[in-house]
Amino acid sequence: MFSIYITAFVVGGLICVIGQLLFDVAKLTPAHTLCTLVVIGSILDGFGLYEPLIDFAGTGATIPITSFGNALTHGALAEAEKHGFIGVLTGMFEVTSSGISAAILFAFIAVFLFKPKGDV
Amino acid sequence: MVKKGLLTFPSLPSIVATGVTAGPLEKKSPFHSHFDKIYDDESCDAKTNEHGHAKLMEDACMIALSKLGKVPSDADFFLVGDLVNQMTPSNFTATSIGIPYIGVFAACATSVSSMLLAALLTESGMSQLTIAGSASQHNAIERQFRYPIEYGAQKGETAQWTATAAGIAAITPHRNGVPSIVCGTFGKAVDMGMTDPLNMGAAMAPAAADTLKRHLEGHNKQVSDYDCIMTGDLGKNGFAIFIKLVQNQGITNIDNFSDAGMEFYGKNPDFMAGASGAGCSAAVYLSEVYAKLLSKEYKKVLLIATGALLSPMSFQQGDTIPSIAHAIELTMK
Amino acid sequence: MDKEKYAKIEQSITPTTPILKNVFRAFITGGTICLIAQFIAVFYMTFFNFTERTASNPTVATMIFISMLLTGFGLYKKIGQFGGAGGAVPITGFGNAVISAAIEHKTEGYVLGVGGNMFKLAGSVILFGVFSAFLVALVKTILVKLGVATW
Repeated sequence: MFSIYITAFVVGGLICVIGQLLFDVAKLTPAHTLCTLVVIGSILDGFGLYEPLIDFAGTGATIPITSFGNALTHGALAEAEKHGFIGVLTGMFEVTSSGISAAILFAFIAVFLFKPKGDV
Repeated sequence: MVKKGLLTFPSLPSIVATGVTAGPLEKKSPFHSHFDKIYDDESCDAKTNEHGHAKLMEDACMIALSKLGKVPSDADFFLVGDLVNQMTPSNFTATSIGIPYIGVFAACATSVSSMLLAALLTESGMSQLTIAGSASQHNAIERQFRYPIEYGAQKGETAQWTATAAGIAAITPHRNGVPSIVCGTFGKAVDMGMTDPLNMGAAMAPAAADTLKRHLEGHNKQVSDYDCIMTGDLGKNGFAIFIKLVQNQGITNIDNFSDAGMEFYGKNPDFMAGASGAGCSAAVYLSEVYAKLLSKEYKKVLLIATGALLSPMSFQQGDTIPSIAHAIELTMK
Repeated sequence: MDKEKYAKIEQSITPTTPILKNVFRAFITGGTICLIAQFIAVFYMTFFNFTERTASNPTVATMIFISMLLTGFGLYKKIGQFGGAGGAVPITGFGNAVISAAIEHKTEGYVLGVGGNMFKLAGSVILFGVFSAFLVALVKTILVKLGVATW
């Protein structure tokens, strides 16, 4: 039970390290880096490897953006299993809705509460 | 005799007054005691960044004019510029101030190019009083060229911080007891293939070195003739490269060299390599340097403002960053 | 002076990126964000009817809520400057990208400003997430139909 905190920290941290290496060594912009990680998450789920990582590391695997690619693929695959090719299209956002809907909702709320500051 | 890009002003037009305004963060600048007005709000209590930017510039103009006991209708020309798309802050200022207006764009080198043009108008006898200068506002510029203000992008130590500041000069035919414009050099656009918009000093350094060389050779001057040779906003990294280029030209004594951007925030590492922006060089030149000329601490200075001629679109389309540097020589007799 | 010669001078002076320091900071920052999320997930599992799998949704939403507060109070950019990818890669960084763009463009109106620009940074993540998920799922479905792979 306690070990999940350690694995969450270490796995989450390591995924961010990959991101940092894409920044600093591959000289990618933040947007390119995040897109790359999303694609990696998606491919890992294609091989059925991402879900075991979630079992092992909990939020260490679900909080990094790689999990977004995984969730999209996972939804698509789950529907494809039931409905065939149509499911690939319809299932995509089944699992991952909360991240996007929360981001849209809270961003719109933030518009009424905050303005950009420009301090150091 | 005509020499390419070189200007001389035998009638010695004078900078009779200056107005310098700055944002709240600029209180951290070692030059802040020379600024005429510092706002507590980043956008000067205006409803948008761009209107705040315009207010910054307008107040600097009014301060410069009021030091002369003049009003805007006494001025003949208004030559200003900034970095926002289509220079809307300058356009807004020109609208409210009502002086015949020529927008000037040379990115962050506008501080010097506008003063050179003002000196030309004065030298030709067409102007008795011209207002010239430039401004920048952090939030308006950053969001145009980089990311939203609150986005957590990591900036390396070569990145620069756009200063919120405006520097405005009032230029008239020669008067005694104030600094005068002796000569100047318009730079060539130089592109050495740099691509990193977070290392603009490296893109601009060759332009500054080129303009310095052309100025010294064209006007037959030595580096040792000047009490101060100050570049615009090369920042810490760009300035180091500039010094290396200058040394490669065979100039060994670099004690009188400095950079307005690098010094602007007192080398505070929060601001990475230092300040940038069209208001950065204008504010330092027209406050600190101007005050030292007035007090005769400096008798002769060479100001080389530098500008990176990029747009966010040109960068994304993979273009390299062309740069420019304009030089102006001021003297105090 | 030619470009190659200048590039040599430039590279000899421009400081190299402190990769080790940045990687260490990214690890600590990203790890800490995931650790906080784990506490939140356990909270949802303990006090509400969530399982290890279903707790992910409210956890993600809560993390984005926290990201909204940090972005609004001007703190997330400091986390990003310190932690680099450690701030950008977790879902809070996705939230920060959406929220910072939204508040930035408020002055241009709610429809064209906020609505039109909200996803200007994060939109590419959604595009490539969807496109890669489509390709991966399509390939896998074909392979399963052919009997080469199993679900």
